[in-house]
Amino acid sequence: MISREYIESLITQHTRVDGRKFDEYRKIEIEYGISAKSAEGSARVKIGNTEVVAGVKMELGTPFPDKPDEGSIMVNVELLPLSSPFFESGPPSIDAIELSRVTDRGIRESKALDFKKLCVRKGEKVWLLFIDIYPINTDGNLFDACNLVALAAIRDAVFPKIVDDKIDYHEKTKTKVPLTKLPLACTVWKVGDTFLVDPSEAEERAANARLSVVFTEDGKICAMQKGGDFPLTEEEIMEAVHLAEKKTKELRRHFT
Amino acid sequence: MKYSKRNDGRKFDECRPMKAEVGVVKNAIGSAKFQIGKTVAVAAVYGPKDLFPKFLQKPNTARLRCNYNMMAFSGSGERVRPGTNRRSKEISMVVEKAFEPVLDLSEFPKAVVDVYIELIQTDAGTRCAGICAASLALADAGFDMKDLVCAVSCGLVGDQVVVDLDKSEEDFEGGAVDIPIAVLPRTGEITLLQLDGEISKEDLHKAIQQGKAACQKIYAVQQAALRAKYGQEAKQ
Repeated sequence: MISREYIESLITQHTRVDGRKFDEYRKIEIEYGISAKSAEGSARVKIGNTEVVAGVKMELGTPFPDKPDEGSIMVNVELLPLSSPFFESGPPSIDAIELSRVTDRGIRESKALDFKKLCVRKGEKVWLLFIDIYPINTDGNLFDACNLVALAAIRDAVFPKIVDDKIDYHEKTKTKVPLTKLPLACTVWKVGDTFLVDPSEAEERAANARLSVVFTEDGKICAMQKGGDFPLTEEEIMEAVHLAEKKTKELRRHFT
Repeated sequence: MKYSKRNDGRKFDECRPMKAEVGVVKNAIGSAKFQIGKTVAVAAVYGPKDLFPKFLQKPNTARLRCNYNMMAFSGSGERVRPGTNRRSKEISMVVEKAFEPVLDLSEFPKAVVDVYIELIQTDAGTRCAGICAASLALADAGFDMKDLVCAVSCGLVGDQVVVDLDKSEEDFEGGAVDIPIAVLPRTGEITLLQLDGEISKEDLHKAIQQGKAACQKIYAVQQAALRAKYGQEAKQ
């Protein structure tokens, strides 16, 4: 296993285990429709050796009483023991819950999905989007990978047909799910005194703190989450936000 | 009811197109993906590692622990609720038993070897695809095995004996019988057999014979996948 000391010593020499620059992502690949037979939308994202898949399943449900004309989403990340020797079977760990909630927040708060367009009949029937995300192989940076794969799966999603108020899952319509914005996440990690992006699993273990920042295309921040055991100063936070803004602009290329 | 032509134009004893790939999960010590038609299974092996609680340990060998799971979005209808259920637990158990006769873990007493099987997309035959993937993953991990394990579903659609039923055939309005079998390709022995539906003795016999023949084709696909990763080594 690659030690924390080794990673920190490399950083003082301005390099990383795989020779990348501090602000350099590994190769990103996005594939759509990986479960087209089963899911209403699906995608696979690879960031280096990290691979995640996601699927969107749609159901009809009753709206919340305070929002009678709005549908909703539910994001769920399950850290499969298939994908890493560090994950165990059982109820969702706190890491899985945090990933789910941060991914959910980015999409929800950016209003990338117009929940009002998910309304079928006010007060009675709305669309619920279940976005389930699973890592296949875990090698760091699940925050950004989950964000990318969730957006890709929603972009791929089409509404199933409604027949007599019930969903016919075997008949898909041509109507795409209305995703109007792309709230992209970049998580900045502090290792030693340096900020870097897209860490490997070993680099994550060596990190002191992290800050996830979600940007929409108009430059607005729509979700953030600090993690790790060490504090960040005001200056450091703004530096991380600045780096995240630059990187999310680059990530946007993968969606053109 | 008569079933005279398959929905996808296959012959009655023909499997759907298959694809296998070994080494798809880098973190695992062995892994594989197996696709048959639109059913896609991924399997990964971790271990051997210490097994707790201690009373589960076997004094002379390691325990094989399989874990079958359908991803929440992989069902044909509504979302599958995450977590284990009675179905997935039973399948995990019969998959373990399917490997028991071929896998030699006596080198690792008291340990456990975990096999995780995940279904990404399903169109019937998921436990069989899972076994085909797990078999490759265990071979990839380098454990001593007397043979690979090949699995396919066979059975009856309407009045017709077929192999490798897809979902539309399982749901055939004139009735269908689904018989998943796992076969050791070198000896022809059967290590998993389940059946639900109603079938005559004669048709059962015919279905098993066709299933066994289909498993030889699966075996060839599995061998090719292992060769693709290990070159000439796998030929012996």
